[in-house]
Amino acid sequence: MSTPPGAAAFCLRLVRRQLLLAFRRPIDIANPLVFFAMVIALFPLGLGPAPDQLAAFAPGVLWIIALLSNLLTSDTVFRGDYDDGSLEQLLLAPQPLYLSGLAYICAHWLVTGLPLVLISPLFAVMLNLPAAGILALALSLLLGTAVLSLVGAIGAALTVGLRRGGMLISLLILPLYMPVLIFGSACVQAAVTGVPTGPYLAILGAMLSLAIALAPLAVAAGLRISIDA
Amino acid sequence: MTPPAPLLAARSLTLSRGGRELFRDLSLAIGPGDLVQLEGPNGVGKTSLLRILAGLSRYGYEGAVERSGALLYLGHKSAVKAQLTPRENLALHVGGEGSHGDAAIEGALAEVGLYGYEDVPSHTLSAGQQRRVNLARLYLCSSPLWLLDEPFTAIDRAGVGQLQSLFVQHVEGGGAVLLTSHQPLAVDYPVRALTLSQGSAA
Repeated sequence: MSTPPGAAAFCLRLVRRQLLLAFRRPIDIANPLVFFAMVIALFPLGLGPAPDQLAAFAPGVLWIIALLSNLLTSDTVFRGDYDDGSLEQLLLAPQPLYLSGLAYICAHWLVTGLPLVLISPLFAVMLNLPAAGILALALSLLLGTAVLSLVGAIGAALTVGLRRGGMLISLLILPLYMPVLIFGSACVQAAVTGVPTGPYLAILGAMLSLAIALAPLAVAAGLRISIDA
Repeated sequence: MTPPAPLLAARSLTLSRGGRELFRDLSLAIGPGDLVQLEGPNGVGKTSLLRILAGLSRYGYEGAVERSGALLYLGHKSAVKAQLTPRENLALHVGGEGSHGDAAIEGALAEVGLYGYEDVPSHTLSAGQQRRVNLARLYLCSSPLWLLDEPFTAIDRAGVGQLQSLFVQHVEGGGAVLLTSHQPLAVDYPVRALTLSQGSAA
């Protein structure tokens, strides 16, 4: 018989568990990326294949698709654990739910946000984004997708008890996604036009700090309410 | 009757669901050495009561619940991940108990009759075997208080007998067990019966 692990060790265990689960179902990791690639492929068809026109729309388009592909997966953060009863056990664990929730979000970002960041230069080239904007795109996505995962988890925690929470979760969290979209695409736009991107990245970083501090509180409260219902 | 320092005490619990009063002014105390069976017809509020006692339901009822010390709650759902093996399920459990060595996990799985199944994906196990993975936590967790919602569901007769002797072993060692079940316990130990009936509690 052993004593309960400290919060840090427990969080590491949760992250390991979530990553292991994700790698047992690699299709869930691939889905958002395939979605991203498919939507990117639609734009030249809809807007016309003129390279300069695509380049002009690229910053906004890339960021909007990143946001939508995150929205696609945000529902899944707690869904499986709610369905099989693991979530009840998590709520009864002696470790603080704030940190456990953060561990879930961290794992979710590692399997959805991070791959998107890594593959984004390829997608940028597909839309003819000028080379100057590629680094800014990757950096802004690095900060921005983490915010999206944190905010999305709030919606996921609140709607996990509902059978069909998909539409509701969009209504709940899309307004909160908007600041990220505004500063994220503005950051890429700035890089393309030669304006310093520092301020935009700083604002995204500030949003990330705020989200790390506050989102797990809302997630913990949301999970308690969802399990109670 | 009540030993000093109960592990769990509930005072005047009242719960209504959908305009129907499930129980009113229900008080109970569970201390070391108590083996309590919660009985009553379907829909009378056994699971609701257990969830209130465990702390999963925090709103919508009146009264107070006091817990001292850790508890182990096993609900209707087995909390077993189909994609993980039984070993991984226990090693990476979200319940927050201490990390168990390989030997301890193998021992617990052997106790619940899953020797040889440690490393197969859980989705290949039968429903009863999946429940047994969950029940293996009883051998691993050091919580003195067990709240078990229908622990015998999908378990074969030999397994039920083994579980019942485990409960007795646990309460004799200073633990406490509160379980819901429709079948009488065949144990050589005084079982406290707590019967919920329509609209009231004895």
